[in-house]
Amino acid sequence: MNPVHNPEIGGKTTLYNDQPSKIAATWREYKKCRYLFLLLAPVLIWYAVFAYAPMYGIQLAFKDFRIMDGIWGSPWAGLKHFEFLFFQSPDFLRILKNTVIISFLHILFGFPAPIILALLINEIRSGAFKRIAQSLTYLPHFFSWVILSGILITLLSPSTGVVNYLLQLVGAEPVYFLGNPNSFRFTLVTSAIWKEVGWGTIIYLAALAGIQPEMYEAAVMDGASRWKQTLSITLPTIMPVIVLMFILRIGSVLDAGFDQILNLYSPATYSVADILDTYVYRVGLQNFQFSLTTAVGLFKNVIAFALVLTTNFISKKLGQQGLF
Amino acid sequence: MKQSLGSTIFQACLITFMIILCIIMLYPFVHMLSISFSTPAEALRLGIHLYPQKASLFAWEKVLSNHDVWMGFGNTVFRTVIGTLCSILFMSLGAYPLSRRYLPHRNVYTMLIVFTMFFSGRMIPSYFLIKSLGLLDSRLVYIIPGLISTFSMLILRNFFQNIPDELEDSAKIDGANDLRILFQLVLPLSLPVIATLSLWSAVGHWNAWFDAVLYIQDPAKQVLQTFLRRVVITGENLSMFAADVKGSELGYAEPIKAATLMFTALPIIVVYPFLQKYFVKGTMVGSLKG
Repeated sequence: MNPVHNPEIGGKTTLYNDQPSKIAATWREYKKCRYLFLLLAPVLIWYAVFAYAPMYGIQLAFKDFRIMDGIWGSPWAGLKHFEFLFFQSPDFLRILKNTVIISFLHILFGFPAPIILALLINEIRSGAFKRIAQSLTYLPHFFSWVILSGILITLLSPSTGVVNYLLQLVGAEPVYFLGNPNSFRFTLVTSAIWKEVGWGTIIYLAALAGIQPEMYEAAVMDGASRWKQTLSITLPTIMPVIVLMFILRIGSVLDAGFDQILNLYSPATYSVADILDTYVYRVGLQNFQFSLTTAVGLFKNVIAFALVLTTNFISKKLGQQGLF
Repeated sequence: MKQSLGSTIFQACLITFMIILCIIMLYPFVHMLSISFSTPAEALRLGIHLYPQKASLFAWEKVLSNHDVWMGFGNTVFRTVIGTLCSILFMSLGAYPLSRRYLPHRNVYTMLIVFTMFFSGRMIPSYFLIKSLGLLDSRLVYIIPGLISTFSMLILRNFFQNIPDELEDSAKIDGANDLRILFQLVLPLSLPVIATLSLWSAVGHWNAWFDAVLYIQDPAKQVLQTFLRRVVITGENLSMFAADVKGSELGYAEPIKAATLMFTALPIIVVYPFLQKYFVKGTMVGSLKG
């Protein structure tokens, strides 16, 4: 992580100037740290097998997979699968569009929500109520989307769900939240906010806690209203955190919520909710289109990696701490 | 300082809004709990369920007497306990050498590890790997592939780095090797961060379901979350409860879904009040390091 040249290594190597070769010096270094390598070895082996070996499997994207021949023995197919995806497949454009739209909606509504909530929690005077409010808003974060989807299916049912019951009380038509393509994305975004909004406030509340009270006192002397104080003190102070969080969020724009969608969608809503990841699972593993969907995975990898590098670059340009 | 009328009104609105928000966060769980203790007919009643008006232990009896539920529970407890212990051990083994500044080629190893956070084989190649390792339909698949979370390991490494070098030097003078330094000096000093990472890992294991869907066919090796998924989302497992359902219990599905769900969620609800602050602390450590 740290690009700075290690002074200790540098210092030691100069001591061994009379050694015959650099290799011997390196060997000495390693020998001195043999216990450390004994500790590190199992971890490196784990990474080789479980992180790097699957990367070797990406070659499937350039092959015609035949089950009898395995990954290695299957014949090469060149860019055939990519050409099919980008130019002929009726699905690819749709799932890419769905992924980007859903992710964009998550950012548009889900990103500001914890900031607003943190500002509101920060305004609460009663310390006890503040803590209760925080604890309760964190709660849904700790449950899997399996559990939360089960709850949502019950609460949102058009015939027996409590949400539609409340809608009827105010005279609205029942809404088929999970079955209707028109309302499905709304349901996805709203329920994701319900799950994560409280948890998202943690970092902003920490930033808010760091603001010097003297600044507010001075503003009050100058006759600034609460709203004015928020605009000219609070927001500017937490802006670096907001920018950093936003950059990080943009880096994962192709992650539109696999767990959530896989548990909530149904054939009726595939048209608006099938994203890259769910497509890979459904078509790849369930319909045995291994090569084609590996190509989709590789596409996602490349875009995601490029986004991480770009956002990291922008982050450093803006004077923020980069990721690496 | 005296409060102005405007700020009093603002506080009142704020408190009202926050109370409504808290209800939105909490009510869904209360609703499910109430339905799980309701008679099938009561569960189908339209409206708000704060407590069961016609209470019944029907659903809980069905769920708790189901063999597969306990099998899933056992497998989940197994992966949560063993998986968390192994993860912490492995991540410590990796984090300690990487935290030593004199480790040769330290930055190369770190980059190799960090790279895996941004580039991976993804679903299909991973599936083939697990298959060729013979881990399909083995409980080891819950433990081994997820052994290391790179993010957690980097947090641990950063924490180890901040332990003063002098402590290590003095231990070395006393004749301790790196193994002893890690287990007898560094790890005991790192208990707060170890506790936080253990909790993350444990909650992750408790909530994990997709690896079981992907890699496990044998019903005896399924985890609780997958069992729950087959009851409430795909509905496949519901029929096993219906075998001895009497005519009066026709709406049996709703309370049974709710009871299975609450059974799965309960351990987290129970430990939540005690552990929440550790999670918050850990998130702070993680986010500040970027």
